[in-house]
Amino acid sequence: MKQWEVVIGIETHAQLSTQAKIFSGSSTAFGASPNVQANAVDIALPGVLPVLNRGAVECAIRFGLAVEAQIAPRSVFARKNYFYPDLPKGYQISQYELPVVVGGKLSIQIGEVEKVVRLTRAHLEEDAGKSLHEELGHQFVGKSGIDLNRAGTPLLEIVTEPDLRSAAEAVAYARVLHALVRWIGICDGNMQEGSFRCDANVSVRPVGQTHLGTRREIKNLNSFRFMQQAIDYEVQWQIATLEDGGRIEQATVLFDPDSGATRAMRSKEDAHDYRYFPDPDLLPLVIDAQWVDRMRAQMPELPAAKRDRLITDYGLSAYDAKVLTTSLELAGYYEAAVAAAGKSNAKACANWVTVDLAARLNREAREISDSCVSAEQLGGLVARIGDGTISNNIAKRVFDAMWNGEGSSADEIIARDGLQQITDSSALEALIDEVLSANATMVGEFRAGKEKAFNALVGKAMKATRGQANPQQVNELLRKKLG
Amino acid sequence: MSLTPEQVRRVAHLARIEISDPEVHSTLGHMNEIFGLIEAMQAVDTTGVEPMAHAQDVAQRLRADRVTETGQLDEQRAAFQAIAPETEAGLYLVPKVIE
Repeated sequence: MKQWEVVIGIETHAQLSTQAKIFSGSSTAFGASPNVQANAVDIALPGVLPVLNRGAVECAIRFGLAVEAQIAPRSVFARKNYFYPDLPKGYQISQYELPVVVGGKLSIQIGEVEKVVRLTRAHLEEDAGKSLHEELGHQFVGKSGIDLNRAGTPLLEIVTEPDLRSAAEAVAYARVLHALVRWIGICDGNMQEGSFRCDANVSVRPVGQTHLGTRREIKNLNSFRFMQQAIDYEVQWQIATLEDGGRIEQATVLFDPDSGATRAMRSKEDAHDYRYFPDPDLLPLVIDAQWVDRMRAQMPELPAAKRDRLITDYGLSAYDAKVLTTSLELAGYYEAAVAAAGKSNAKACANWVTVDLAARLNREAREISDSCVSAEQLGGLVARIGDGTISNNIAKRVFDAMWNGEGSSADEIIARDGLQQITDSSALEALIDEVLSANATMVGEFRAGKEKAFNALVGKAMKATRGQANPQQVNELLRKKLG
Repeated sequence: MSLTPEQVRRVAHLARIEISDPEVHSTLGHMNEIFGLIEAMQAVDTTGVEPMAHAQDVAQRLRADRVTETGQLDEQRAAFQAIAPETEAGLYLVPKVIE
């Protein structure tokens, strides 16, 4: 039985979060009525000329800086020629020999091990329109409908070296990249709407073989789950084919989520003859060092750096730091909460954000940006736990009240509802005396040796204090009095 | 270098140009003439000359990231679609294409 090695490279198309298209002034907003966001440039009327959108270039620069790549001082747009009804010009404007971003790397975590994935390049290009088939209705059998609203939406195509060795690694890479493009604000990452789409180049080779096997490209993977399933299937298929004495033909394949299988597209032998050449309508894109420096000054702290800082500055566990840096919004929320609660409460803030708040957001299907409790409110609450004003249990009540809009701050709710912990031991003793005299039977049972009765008395006492006593203190006082 | 009739057919097909057999041969002649010109240019010694991607040595001007297409966009669509062979519900209709 031969041992096989899996080799994967990923190409990702990230739609850039610009207002206007890459070469025209049409809107890129998703969901408009068909073809209303397709102007004369987008539908390729004769005589129109493309003019490059500065915002799209800045997205590319931000990405290059985030992955420590070279920003090409001079890059060139090229025509990629092919015919398809959703490509009105008969070519896609892309970059070929001289892309805007060269090299770079991204770290992924595989179990406990960190792995560096090398990037080949990232280049700017325009998206095509959309072809609709089934949506047209039965009277249009044999027709496709073309919507060119998406035509000309800026894309950054990000290409890796064939560095990935399993479906799990490929998915880990895609997730890290997805989080990064959202973090640096260049792509909304909405996979359902097609803002972030991956193609996987998959091949296998016997372990020890140095040259790569023939690859097949799985197109348009628009969820991480499908990516995992598609690559797993494809790898098994390729190994089975080779072990049966077959050969792998280079092909483009699609993944069918219903069957869980990949199938080759009906492609012609010339499908990949794109006859690239520099687009004479566009001059070289020049990016000087000053522009790059300005962009660098505007970069947010990157996820890896922030993760390290949360561990060293706030003493968080690697796990908490990782969870809190899944998005810029979440990390920002956490740091604002710590700012309000004080650094000594940083760990408690992490617990509240990753457990209580996360559970509540999840239950109500809200994003962190739509949280009903602000970071300042949460920080104020955690501060009151930290200084002993309230217990963790009472804090959950205060949190609920804030979430439901019953008070603007923890301090206000604690004062209004009289929730501060009873620390005055004479007041607590008086309450406990009442509890003991009201529950004489239990006291008798305890004295007769039933330890269970003691727990019941603690419960009664906590109830009498409306949860505002320190349970430890109640316990001790009860022992003393029953002793 | 000179082309073969088969290469001419292939290029014509890639460009979606219908070409008859006699045209293949006349086109072959034209294209070989062009290749002759290219060969003459290739003969020039360009050692040390940086290749250019455009005939003019200037940089691309950029537009601000602002939506400039505003106003009566459905009227504009109607105007564009008036010259389309077939449309429906705002879509351009074409013979079915599916992979």
